[in-house]
Parts: sequence; C-alpha cells; structure tokens
Amino acid sequence: MIHLTRKIEFSASHLYHNPAFSAEENRRIFGKCNNPHGHGHNYVLEVTVAGEPDPATGMVLDLKELKEILQREIIERMDHRFLNYEVPELAGKIPTCENIAAVIWEWLEPRITRGRLHRVRLYETPDLFVDCYGNGAAR
Amino acid sequence: MTLHLTRRYSFAASHRLHSARLSEEENWRAYGKCNNPYGHGHNYQLEVTVTGPVDPATGMIAHLGDLDAFVDREVLEVFDHRNLNEEIPAFRERVPTTENLCIEIYDRLRRFPSAHLVRVRLGETSLNSFSYSGENNGSAHE
Repeated sequence: MIHLTRKIEFSASHLYHNPAFSAEENRRIFGKCNNPHGHGHNYVLEVTVAGEPDPATGMVLDLKELKEILQREIIERMDHRFLNYEVPELAGKIPTCENIAAVIWEWLEPRITRGRLHRVRLYETPDLFVDCYGNGAAR
Repeated sequence: MTLHLTRRYSFAASHRLHSARLSEEENWRAYGKCNNPYGHGHNYQLEVTVTGPVDPATGMIAHLGDLDAFVDREVLEVFDHRNLNEEIPAFRERVPTTENLCIEIYDRLRRFPSAHLVRVRLGETSLNSFSYSGENNGSAHE
C-alpha cells in the first residue's frame, strides 16, 4: 500500500458566530474570531490517497488528474472566498478547521476513483491543523 | 467521520543523558556528547493531537483556549526554560531522553477533560522526533 500526498494552498476569510448565543457569549466563546467583518488565513491542504501502483504506469493515480480535481473541487470553491457566505455547505455551521476539513472530505471522497481517499489534513496556521479520516479507522 | 485536532507548541529546556545504572565509560559510550556533565539544551517542538465529537454550537472538538491553557499549565510552565534532570521530579531516576519526556508529557495531558488525547509527538531537533499514543494503542500513526 502506498500513500500519496499532494499539497495545495488557498486563502479565505471567515468569522465565528452562533446566532443562538448572545453577543456577549459569542465574544467570550469565539474571541477575536467573532469580529463581524471576518478575518483570513492562508490554508494549507494536504490530501493523501492510498492505493497500489498500477503495474502499467507505476502510479497510484495520475498526479495531473489529482491536481485538476483539487483545482476544481477546492480552489475554485474556496480560494479568495468568504467561507461563511460563499460556501453553501458551510451555511449554518461555524467554519472552524474541523468543519472545513469535513466539507473538503465530502467533496473529494467521491472524486477519487483510483486508490481511495485516506486523509485530508487542513492547516489553518502552521501551529493548528485538523486530520479527517472519513469513516475508516484513523491511522 | 473521524477528526483529529492537532496543535503545536514549543519549549526550551536543558538535560543531561546519564544513567546511574551504567559506568562512566558505558554512559559515554551510550550517550556520547549528551553525557557532558554540564548538560545542554534543545528547542523542543510539541504536537498534541485530540479527538472527539464536534460540538455543533461551536464547530469545535475542543475549545482552543481550553487546550492551550491546559497544555500551558501541565507542560509549558513545568518544562520551559528548566533543567529537566534537576528540576523535574520524574527525571530524578529516569533518564530525560526525548522518549521518556514524550511519555511524561502524554501522561500529563491524558487528563485533558474536554477531548480524548490521541497522540503526543515531540521533536528534540528538526531532525528527530518521537510520538507516543499510550500503552493500549499500538497502531501506527502517521
């Protein structure tokens, strides 16, 4: 079994606000992330696909194809966007690293047709990241 | 869907690798320069990984402020800018290798009340690191 990882970057803004909380609770729980005008990050996404190399090509999957999938599914939907307002899958959710990684998993998992999606790792900053493993055992 | 949240921290500390069970010569052979009687130091890089359900109200596995405060109290305030051999009771007898320090930090952080501790990874330098997931979790982690 080979694990192949491709990395991309995208920049986006977001804010944390739960309408069920009072203004004071929102500030206390979410701190600076509750600024109503939002703020942004340079997100780094590592996508790991597991599989066996095709004997004919020596590849688990064609990196060019993976690059195109990431461009279409992630970059075009999230890069230079305001995540709260421009990503329908995040509407009504707090766009934390946890929730964004889960949405990315849902987008990518059905698109990876050679090998299988093993892990989505999303860095919000170099010191904070979330790993998503789908329903499989986390390894 | 399984989500793991990882947060990175750093601290600086000094240590000396020396075992009372070994002779002077054996200590030098086992630990080399790390056996220097005056000790030496490292910038340790710590990665703490936790898991649990995402709270729909906050979108979080654990509130980062809670995790940061817990790690600060249990690890950073204890180890940062300290001499591990002289100032940490756990290393009076045990050799403060990064393996043993990694286990010590895991044991301190496993009590984190808001999420389940999955793994502690500790880098001694940028070239070597150790990770520990507890005794009952032998599966390989990436």
